Amino acid sequence: MSEDFSDNKTIQAQSSETISGGGSGITPDMDYVRPAEVGEQDLYHGHSFITKWIFCQDAKVIGVQYFLLATFTGIIGLILSWLMRLQLGFPGLAPFMTAEHYYQFVTMHGMIMVVYFLTALFLGGFGNYLIPLMVGARDMVFPYLNMVSFWSFFVAVAVLLASFFVPGGPTGSGWTLYPPQAILEGTPGSGWGIMLMCISLILFVAGFTMGGLNYLITVLQARTRGMTLMRMPLTVWGIFTATVLAMLAFPALLVGALMMSLDNVLGTSFFMPTILKAGEVLEYGGGSPILFQHLFWFFGHPEVYIVALPAFGIISDLISVHARKNIFGYRMMVWAIVGIGALSFFVWAHHMYVSGMNPWFGFFFATTTLIIAVPTAMKVYNWILTLWRGNIRLNTVMLWCLGFIVTFVNGGITGIFLGNVSVDVPLSDTYFVIAHFHMVMGIAPLMVIMGAVYHWFPLVAGRFLDEKLGKWHFWLTFLGAYSIYFPMHYLGFIGVPRRYFEMYDSPYVASAVGMNEFISLAAFIVGAAQFILIYNIIKTLKTGKPAGHNPWQACSLEWLTPTVPPEHGNWGDRLPTVHRWAYDYSVPGAKEDFITQTTPPSEVAHTKVEKT
Amino acid sequence: MHVGIIFFLVILGSVLFHIFTPWYWTDVASNWGGMDDTITLTFWIGGGVFIAVCLFMVYCVFKFSYKKDRKAEYKPEDKKLEKILTWATTLGVAALLAPGLIIWNQYVNVPKNAIEIDVMAWQWGWQYRLPGEDGKLGTTKVVNINDNNPFGINLDDPFGNDDVMIQSDVINLENNRPVKILLRSVDVLHNWYVPQFRAKMDAVPGIVTYYWFEPNKTGEFEVLCAEYCGVGHYAMRGGVEVQDKQDYDNWLQQQETFSDLIAKQKILENEKTKLAKK
Repeated sequence: MSEDFSDNKTIQAQSSETISGGGSGITPDMDYVRPAEVGEQDLYHGHSFITKWIFCQDAKVIGVQYFLLATFTGIIGLILSWLMRLQLGFPGLAPFMTAEHYYQFVTMHGMIMVVYFLTALFLGGFGNYLIPLMVGARDMVFPYLNMVSFWSFFVAVAVLLASFFVPGGPTGSGWTLYPPQAILEGTPGSGWGIMLMCISLILFVAGFTMGGLNYLITVLQARTRGMTLMRMPLTVWGIFTATVLAMLAFPALLVGALMMSLDNVLGTSFFMPTILKAGEVLEYGGGSPILFQHLFWFFGHPEVYIVALPAFGIISDLISVHARKNIFGYRMMVWAIVGIGALSFFVWAHHMYVSGMNPWFGFFFATTTLIIAVPTAMKVYNWILTLWRGNIRLNTVMLWCLGFIVTFVNGGITGIFLGNVSVDVPLSDTYFVIAHFHMVMGIAPLMVIMGAVYHWFPLVAGRFLDEKLGKWHFWLTFLGAYSIYFPMHYLGFIGVPRRYFEMYDSPYVASAVGMNEFISLAAFIVGAAQFILIYNIIKTLKTGKPAGHNPWQACSLEWLTPTVPPEHGNWGDRLPTVHRWAYDYSVPGAKEDFITQTTPPSEVAHTKVEKT
Repeated sequence: MHVGIIFFLVILGSVLFHIFTPWYWTDVASNWGGMDDTITLTFWIGGGVFIAVCLFMVYCVFKFSYKKDRKAEYKPEDKKLEKILTWATTLGVAALLAPGLIIWNQYVNVPKNAIEIDVMAWQWGWQYRLPGEDGKLGTTKVVNINDNNPFGINLDDPFGNDDVMIQSDVINLENNRPVKILLRSVDVLHNWYVPQFRAKMDAVPGIVTYYWFEPNKTGEFEVLCAEYCGVGHYAMRGGVEVQDKQDYDNWLQQQETFSDLIAKQKILENEKTKLAKK
């Protein structure tokens, strides 16, 4: 290899952003791109049904597998939320709904949605499908490991769902799993349930680490010729940074789950102080419950951004493509993603202002938390400035983008309430918190997922999803979800605490009964509306309009494969060569309103391309 | 067209909902009105940003929706605009953070004249202990807790003897006198929370946590557990009655102290042994 390199020493870094195509005319070497530094990777081609579709090593198939399994668990999470809302809106209506079951549903809903649905879907689903295609690689760098990653996730889900069938049922300790309560009687599922939850999380983290290493190394090492880091689509930046966060944050969850399992099974006292239970002193002593909270939130806060950053990246790309305009302030967007990712490790204890940790920490964590609002706000400005003077296609994809902006800004601003330590005091542990995080990390990322599904479905399946059904799906989901969570903030102002199986007749919450009924009805409708998408997908697979090549006239690589949907190996005989960033839309002087990343400068020499 | 209108109506609806909502916070009954003020301030600044961003978005939808013969503007970056927005945002955030931190500073610094109250939590109930005439609470240990010593007071601690014990989930407080709530739990996490007082803090087994407030309205209030503590969490209620000094003093007179309790138990025991001898 070193011999190959010796010829190239004199070559300047021409493929970097320093070249400008604008007005300079054609020069002989303007299309030059540095040669590949390493040979192409060998791929394992599956031959049987099992190696092609089940134990498959193609990142695209693995992405779809992740997507389907995450969606399946997500539907279980959705059904659990229905059951919870049934109790909250119409207490006593369902005879099987005991307090034990209610808390089990709350817990499983939370954990499923955050970890097994959103995280798995964004990173495992979109990450696997899009990273190799968007950076111009044939596959992930470690395809076998990638396959094992998915099957670990599969086992993790199986263990998680198995906990519904063990004695005592699944854990009902809240998704935060706080000890001592999680492993003491008095909490449902304190024996088997919490044990299986911890095992499932450990499996998830192990599997996820395999996938995560793949994403990181593929982005760092397997980009095609000319694809510099600052030419990557923001989707890749978002997923990449989120994966870095996951690699650093998940170990904290892993040790937390491990130590709690030891407390539970072997009787160690990592998190267990002296405890008096039913008149007897238990054989624990000296442990710290707050230590677990620190471990949990050291994972838990970056986790919010593990979900949010891919969403930020994806939405940037969707807005740009469908507004026919480059993403405004690309470099700011990249640094905002990286900056938010870095800062997210210094804010965790804003979940713990009233946890009993030393209250002086509040000053530090309130300050860091509000600092993170600045790069986040910059991203919002850049999204709406991308719409400004664009040429906006108001199709289903764009609707989800607009819905995302509204819900994300709403949820972001309520985050400023909660991050600002003394404002958090009256609001923490109330419905305000529920409303906030559902808006900002439930509904907003869901909007992105849906937008992404409508956007990339023509690539994955070669057919357009039905627009009319899509619009129904959007409006029911957006208006419904907004009317669930916007009024819910006001329950928090009244002071209604979260995780209450029943409110009884507290004088100041009597007025909340009507609102709870309304919210529950809205929740049933929004949940049901999601089945429109499933119907749409089934219908489209049979009779949908064929999409053909690059149906959205996008610039980025994933649309430029020789076959649609892309085959195993993605690129046919030759890897693509990249000459520019992914956002050359509506360049003045260009024939069409997009210039693909693979278009060499000589072809567009007389356009006013500013940034490559 | 209809897309822009619906989004506009969503924004308008949100604003109207906020103005006319019948669901809003309870009248504050403590010194923490400043928290409400900070919330109001955050509503003004944050709400302003929300409205501005969304209306801008709606405007773009109206003005720049797809036309075949129009081309979008090509402008990758605008350093000046980005700088202005960054600084404006930083300023807004600082304006919110400053009052928040000032109030937090008050929250963590307890006034010297505050009366200390031991709030003991378990699955699922509360009981309270007030210092006696010496003004100090006796120290406690979980392992000491039994029927004769419901608070687990260390018997060799002289401060403990005159502690006033309130074995009820309702406590009385004196109006306009700051209280320092000392929280402890014998089993899992709990949180002693009265919405009208605004303040709260978790009770954590193994350590003693605190917060303070000064009630300034007489009346009865409901105590809610605000940290999930197992299956009885929602039923873990208590009460507070805030009284004027006179009424409060009367109430306090009638409460039992730890030494009263010990004396009573001794009598009981003596009677028992007498009975046994007979």
